[in-house]
Amino acid sequence: MTTTAPVQTPTATAGRTPIASGLLRQTVTGLRLLLVLTVILGVGYPAAVWAVGQVVAPDRANGQIVSVDGAPVGSALLGQAFDDPALFHSRPSAAAYDGLASAASNLGPSNEDLLASIQERREAVAAEEGVALADVPPDAVTASGSGLDPHISTAYAELQAARVARANGLDESAVRGLIAAATSGRTLGFLGEEGVNVLQLNIAVRHAAEG
Amino acid sequence: MSDAFAGVLSLLALVALLALAYRPLGDYIARTLESPRHTRFERPLYRLAGVNPDASQSTRSYALAVVGFSAVSLILLYVLLVAQSFLPYSRGMDGMPWDMALNTAVSFVTNTNWQSYAGESTLGWTAQAVGLAVQNFVSAAVGIAVAVALIRGFTRNRSDQLGNFWVDLVRVTVRVLLPIAFVGAVLLVIGGVVQSFSADQVVDTITGGQQTITTGPAASQEAIKELGTNGGGFFNANSAHPFENPTGFTNLLEIFLILLIPVALTRTLGTMLGNHRQGYAVLGAMGVLFLASLAITTWAEVGAHGQSAQAAGAAMEGKETRLGEWASALFATATTGTSTGAVNAAHDSLTPTGGGAVLVNMMLGEVAPGGVGAGIYGILVMAILAVFVAGLMVGRTPELLGKKIRSTEMRYIALYSLTTPAVVLVAVGIAIALPSTSDAMGNPGGHGFSEVVYAFTSAANNNGSAFGGITVTSTFFQLMLAAAMLLGRFVPILLVLALAGSLARQGRVPATAGTLPTHTPLFAGLLVGVVLVMTGLTYFPALALGPIAEALA
Amino acid sequence: MTLSQLWSQLPTALAKLDPRHQWHNPVMFVVLVGSILTTVLAIADPSAFTIALTVWLWLTVVFGNLAEAVAEGRGKAQAASLRAARKDTVARRLDRDGTETLVPGTELVIGDLVVVEAGEVIPGDGDVVEGIASVDESAITGESAPVIREAGGDRSAVTGGTTVLSDRIVVSITAAPGSTFIDTMIALVEGTSRRKTPNENALTILLSSLTIVFLLAVATLAPMADYAGAPQRTVVLVALLVCLIPTTISALLSAIGIAGMDRLVRVNVLAMSGRAVEAAGDVGTLLLDKTGTITYGNRRASAFVPQAGLDDAVLRDTARLSSLADPTPEGRSIVELALERGATDEPLPVGATIVEFSASTRMSGLDLPDGTQIRKGASSAVLAWLDQTALPPSVESAVERISADGGTPLVVAVRDAAGGRVLGVVHLKDVVKPGMSERFAQLRAMGIRTVMVTGDNAITAKAIAAEAGVDDVLAEATPEDKLAYIRHEQQGGRLVAMTGDGTNDAPALAAADVGVAMSSGTSAAKEAGNMVDLDSDPTKLIDVVEIGKQLLVTRGALTTFSVANDVAKYFAIIPAMFVAAYPSLDSLDVMRLHSPESAILSAVVFNALVIVALIPLALRGVRHRVASAAGLLRRNLLVYGVGGLLAPFVGIKVIDLALATLFGSAL
Repeated sequence: MTTTAPVQTPTATAGRTPIASGLLRQTVTGLRLLLVLTVILGVGYPAAVWAVGQVVAPDRANGQIVSVDGAPVGSALLGQAFDDPALFHSRPSAAAYDGLASAASNLGPSNEDLLASIQERREAVAAEEGVALADVPPDAVTASGSGLDPHISTAYAELQAARVARANGLDESAVRGLIAAATSGRTLGFLGEEGVNVLQLNIAVRHAAEG
Repeated sequence: MSDAFAGVLSLLALVALLALAYRPLGDYIARTLESPRHTRFERPLYRLAGVNPDASQSTRSYALAVVGFSAVSLILLYVLLVAQSFLPYSRGMDGMPWDMALNTAVSFVTNTNWQSYAGESTLGWTAQAVGLAVQNFVSAAVGIAVAVALIRGFTRNRSDQLGNFWVDLVRVTVRVLLPIAFVGAVLLVIGGVVQSFSADQVVDTITGGQQTITTGPAASQEAIKELGTNGGGFFNANSAHPFENPTGFTNLLEIFLILLIPVALTRTLGTMLGNHRQGYAVLGAMGVLFLASLAITTWAEVGAHGQSAQAAGAAMEGKETRLGEWASALFATATTGTSTGAVNAAHDSLTPTGGGAVLVNMMLGEVAPGGVGAGIYGILVMAILAVFVAGLMVGRTPELLGKKIRSTEMRYIALYSLTTPAVVLVAVGIAIALPSTSDAMGNPGGHGFSEVVYAFTSAANNNGSAFGGITVTSTFFQLMLAAAMLLGRFVPILLVLALAGSLARQGRVPATAGTLPTHTPLFAGLLVGVVLVMTGLTYFPALALGPIAEALA
Repeated sequence: MTLSQLWSQLPTALAKLDPRHQWHNPVMFVVLVGSILTTVLAIADPSAFTIALTVWLWLTVVFGNLAEAVAEGRGKAQAASLRAARKDTVARRLDRDGTETLVPGTELVIGDLVVVEAGEVIPGDGDVVEGIASVDESAITGESAPVIREAGGDRSAVTGGTTVLSDRIVVSITAAPGSTFIDTMIALVEGTSRRKTPNENALTILLSSLTIVFLLAVATLAPMADYAGAPQRTVVLVALLVCLIPTTISALLSAIGIAGMDRLVRVNVLAMSGRAVEAAGDVGTLLLDKTGTITYGNRRASAFVPQAGLDDAVLRDTARLSSLADPTPEGRSIVELALERGATDEPLPVGATIVEFSASTRMSGLDLPDGTQIRKGASSAVLAWLDQTALPPSVESAVERISADGGTPLVVAVRDAAGGRVLGVVHLKDVVKPGMSERFAQLRAMGIRTVMVTGDNAITAKAIAAEAGVDDVLAEATPEDKLAYIRHEQQGGRLVAMTGDGTNDAPALAAADVGVAMSSGTSAAKEAGNMVDLDSDPTKLIDVVEIGKQLLVTRGALTTFSVANDVAKYFAIIPAMFVAAYPSLDSLDVMRLHSPESAILSAVVFNALVIVALIPLALRGVRHRVASAAGLLRRNLLVYGVGGLLAPFVGIKVIDLALATLFGSAL
């Protein structure tokens, strides 16, 4: 056991205060304390985290903005829609990759519309990439939780490599090299999943195609 | 490395981290709350608030303080939300409509953090940081204070003094939550969570389109959102949003923060009771429920046991590529096993079994391991229920931890265990009877019904996660859900405090060979059984018409 | 219990259908309301299913009442015989001036003095204030041997309705007519004065809250079912509700309580309240009187210790001879021991003079016709008689050893022609009743401390305590000591049980959580205690504790069983209700029941029959076992928890098979 509780003062126990006046007294105390705590927790705390963040990891604290030729083109953490057949496509998104409207589809596991969408997407991807329906990976036919998923699976990236290489006149193996470069593994080798950052990959593809 | 190996390794890493923190943190919280000394930092706070930190409060006074504090919290937050257009750093956002503001204020004050708004398109940073994040701290502290008051009810002998709410509140906030949240927030920033006060930035993409990049003080809010088992996301997609949860590392850190205090509080319980095995038994019961649920959800998600998952080849609808099924199943179990409600995947799109399992986690009454504080008092109430029924079978009138469970205590226990189920069942009954509810559902049929059940279960158990397809912006839902959250939070709290007072006034009964031992694996097993049977009996019909019917189809 | 017993109580059970009676049992009240509702619905829209359902719902209520009626019925017979004792008597009231007035017994008031002579019935409860009499108390105790009642002391209380067999006594009336001991007993055994005990109240609160939860679950199921496209008939919802609410335990709850009191009555202990019986289960400390409980009432000879060099047989035979005419229990025990050790059973020599014990000589013995004098007594008295100053060394050491062990050394000496000499010592000691230390060990395993209370000095007390294996001793105990001890134990949170008979025991009896007054004791003691032992056997305290525990175990076991039962009922009813809307729910029908209707009906029938099936257990009580709390919990959880989970699966399936066979086409 640790030490005993605070000693009680005589006033604390003297008589039972009526509920209304007792509540009023406690509420006033509560208001004063809440205001004090609000300054500490609502202003001091986020400011302190911000200050430390700007020192230890300013790029990350500010959203890992990706620039091309000095101009910001997105964030390494936010997916974008890439409909251009010459580029790698991102996953389907319920938010259309709108940075101000992150959202999932919230379609249930037995939802007929979802089942239909999955089938449509599968057919579309298979047709575009010229592969069998069964070869289309799951992330290519499902919308992510945020609608801003920056990654696709390596399987989906590999699936698109031939098309992208063809469209950009690049060697397919070179494109595969770009995929590998844009792939981030599991943190510490076991946390999370491997993923290919589509924005970074497409920037690299553009760069290679132009270069 | 195979997915399964990495998934199991992640779980083991989580368990190892929790085990490392268990004793030091649990003992530290106990020491913090029972110490007679005030720090130099705290004394001025008490002076400013006009609190005598050395006074002890009676049950009634403690309860009035909880109510009074929560009432002003509610009012202040409501005002901040409706008036945010007049505040600095508001990103040009309008004030919230009154019903949404009321719902949101109730939601954060009750530690539910149900979100009927989308953060990035509704709120400015002042409302987030000064309004919501502050409640993330103090509503968590209120829960811990109430749990500690109940523990004191067991430890005190013929006394009506439960401690000092203001002291408990301040100490939990500044000595426990603030330091851990700060370290957690910095680690999150290092992991890639944003913490910035730069204005929204519109960029021209490489394909000639545009994308708005909005950041904000997310890391500071994220840390306390998980640590205080709050769950209200800075962004609409919550921890699925790459700015809130960018990597496998931040994902594990967030899960760790979610489970840290609820788990460690079982050690605090053991330490304060002077009986560590009691803490282990409670943790054991919580752990069994948690791991069983995790196993079911992981089996369902990883095994793609659902129609859409089968169609897609994996249960990736609503999940992020970088997190995958294993990490999403673990997060989903952690967030619903505690009353957090943060999500890193869309629960609405989980497989029927996985979605059913996370729904059941909340129906258990948030005791596996439950919200900060709320989990402890919730499981202690269930333990009383268990000793009341089973305790008779050892030939003595029931007692727990040296206190007799008489009619007075039983009245509070009965009302406690009645409150949440009553709120959920009545609210679902009313909502489902209204024709307009069908329009609010995001999915047809049994799954739409599950959305309604999930919404009220989440609100009444102060979880805050959702089967997000349901549209709850109608005034009807805003108010019904607000009522569910309020009743589900404060009725149990007041009953727990009354129970604590009643227990504290009793003398202690010494343990003998004839006393039902409550620190054994047998009792932990009994506790698990009671929790499951009570939940099953209450919710089986609703579950049968929702997730069970869908899962068996 | 036989079927005919059940049958004979049926009218009483039907009479209890009065809603004003049912209201006291909230759970069964809900069933009653449900039964009325389904009756109305069955009349409005009759079908084989609804009618059968309605009948079984009514049976559920009746079976619940039946349990209570049977339990009460067992007390009724006893009450009838007690009533016979309460026949109208004519009292001889002794007025101030010494004259006697004949008044009806019912007109006596507290403080009246009445004269009762041989052959007359004592007209009311009171204390003997004058005289001594033998009294036949068989009317209340069933014990035919008469007891002595005398003025003053602890045997002064007399009970109205008992008969004076000899002599004349004057009794001061202490209880008003209608509230005498017999009246109290009648009310107790009939159960009419029964109030819910604290734990029953707490349990009722729990059961009521469960009922409310199920009420809400079933009520809200209606709109949910509508949404699911499977609207449910009200009769089916009522059936589900009745199956879910804890009817089993609620129906049996009061029967369990009555049966617990009844079990006490069977060991001739009357509890003044159910609360006391419950407290008995919680007792943590037993204060046991040494004499009569732990040891036989008297000291007994346990060994002959002859002087060095003397033959054992000489001391043995001399000691026997000296005690032949000794009527005291000690004397008799010496004769018995001598015979056991091989002495011949010869009669008292003709012409021998008996020397009785006197306070002045502190010896007793025999003067033989040949002039030999034999004496036995305390060593100092014998030395004085022998005119010697010291005992022989071997005898001296034996005396010291016996005293140190808490025994009483009785020195035997002779004086004949050869002069006076000490033969040796008889070891008298308190003999602990056989089996006591085992019993105390059992109590210890149950977490109960035993404390021996005795007027003996500390040395004697400790020796006996060690032999008996009690946990603590209260030696040279005064009533104040007892009271202080009780208070101390209670301060530490332990419940205390004790027995007592004297007026000076009254404060301690009142303070004890379970105070068992001897029926032979004073009325003050009887009023102070919350139980009365009609046999005046202090050993009963242990039985009382066990009966208290048994009562609580039975209540807990049946509650657990009742709640665990619900799981199976869900598996029977929910698929039956919704399989049409969600065919996938068919796989929940693990019992593969005949049809939805037979599934629902089977669950309802099982729910009703299980009440009847458990009546014997409720009345008999779960068998009490001596085991640690953990052991008891493990065992009872397995039997009543897991058993309660599984039993209805089997039961419902069997009933469903029977229904399908009998009425297959109708269902």
